[in-house]
Amino acid sequence: MATTKVALEPNTPTAALSAKLRVNKVNMTFNRDGQRLSVLDNIDLEVADGEFVCILGPSGCGKSTLLSAIAGFLTPTSGQITIDGEAVRGPDPRRIFVFQERGVFPWLTVAGNIGFGLAKLKRAERTERVQRYIQMVGLEGFEKSYPHELSGGMKQRVEVARALAVNPDILFLDEPFGALDSITRMVMRGELLRIWEAERKTILFVTHDIDEAVQLADRVVVMSARPGRIQQIVPIDIAHPRDISSPHYLELRDGILNQIGLAHHL
Amino acid sequence: MSVRLRPAIFLVLLLVLWQAAVWRHPHQLLPGPWKTAGGIADLVHHGLLVKYVVASLFRVTWGFFLAVVLAIPLGLAIGWYRRAEMAFNPILQILRPISPLAWIPIAILWFGVGDLAAVFLIFIGCFLPLLLAVINAVHGVPAVYLNAGRNFGLGPIALMRRVLYPAIVPRLMTALRITLGVAWLVVVAAEMIAVNSGLGFLIVDARNAGNRYDLVVAGMVLIGVVGLLLDAGIRSLEKAKALGWAYAEDH
Repeated sequence: MATTKVALEPNTPTAALSAKLRVNKVNMTFNRDGQRLSVLDNIDLEVADGEFVCILGPSGCGKSTLLSAIAGFLTPTSGQITIDGEAVRGPDPRRIFVFQERGVFPWLTVAGNIGFGLAKLKRAERTERVQRYIQMVGLEGFEKSYPHELSGGMKQRVEVARALAVNPDILFLDEPFGALDSITRMVMRGELLRIWEAERKTILFVTHDIDEAVQLADRVVVMSARPGRIQQIVPIDIAHPRDISSPHYLELRDGILNQIGLAHHL
Repeated sequence: MSVRLRPAIFLVLLLVLWQAAVWRHPHQLLPGPWKTAGGIADLVHHGLLVKYVVASLFRVTWGFFLAVVLAIPLGLAIGWYRRAEMAFNPILQILRPISPLAWIPIAILWFGVGDLAAVFLIFIGCFLPLLLAVINAVHGVPAVYLNAGRNFGLGPIALMRRVLYPAIVPRLMTALRITLGVAWLVVVAAEMIAVNSGLGFLIVDARNAGNRYDLVVAGMVLIGVVGLLLDAGIRSLEKAKALGWAYAEDH
């Protein structure tokens, strides 16, 4: 992650720190063809304000379901999810969900997309805010372009900028870089870290990529599948920018790989 | 030979064949292109061409316009609220196969012989197909757009205006094009029965008042040409830059 300049103190917030988000004994079962299918099993998780947490697991482990429930798009079968002590009752502009680049509105320009959540602001203020976030994600000159004229990575930047523009407390990212080529993915991780360091949002980031999780997160939540359970929570106590060939990095990564292997009998 | 010229040359060839066939068999029951052109010239001479075309377009415009402004919001609402759809679906499915022409007696009963009856028939012909197209288009809107809209705090009305409606515009354009074609078909039939002006009336009147088949075919040609122009007009709307996404390979 060569693009990050500011070194951070290794922060490993614990549950004792002010919890921004609490997931308490959450279960989720779906009915499929008359059969009850348990997708999430007794999930407990606390996330501190400003923390970067990656939820890691193979596809089908329920990690996206967990994120959708936290974001308010799904209601858990049982258990509570609270944010700032308030029960989550639905989606809320204070916490924005970033879908891969599929969530960009194709009928709006880049500027129109980024200003989408700012309809209540006065025009001048909105323009100023849109311009600021266009700069932040490096899309100057593309204000009037439509998404179909952009690359996948640029669309992803538009969606991140659209989310940041409404100044949310929390960002939910569901495999945001999954559809990008590997070089663009590396660049986007660097950009995300830079933005996170500048804005200090709480970030929940779902991924199936172990390296991605270890490069980005303060803590990695390793999930196992069917039913989705939290297998282990691994703090990543390495300062940014992380040296991805250091022994400690490799040790953490291999530890998680082992965990996943155990969880899934690889 | 330019590619654009080929259709024109082919058309001229067909006209020549038509004329030649009429010359060979002068007692056949179809006027040739030359006589038809004479019929059109006659209409121009009596000031009827513009009058009739405008009369037909006037009825189509109103019937189509009313159908569009009612069908779009209603379709968005019905498509959005599953329960509304369950309630409306049976009646829509029963009304759908009824030809708009079957409404002619009712239209005359309600509105008398005149423009209103014709406008009503065109409205009936356009409204249901448009409504069903909008409902179907709403179902086709990816959930990710709706979730994103809700995430930014939009209520139902704002969601329909700012997400659902723009998301269905490409499919709506196709539906509008098809429906405008239907409107143009219906107006001719309506004018044959319910009014005494317009291109449909011209065709019936020319036959009844002295078997002027040159005017009948002239009327048919005018209907075809105006229909073509209407279609070209609505097609040019589809080319707007803001709609480019609908035709891009990946969006």
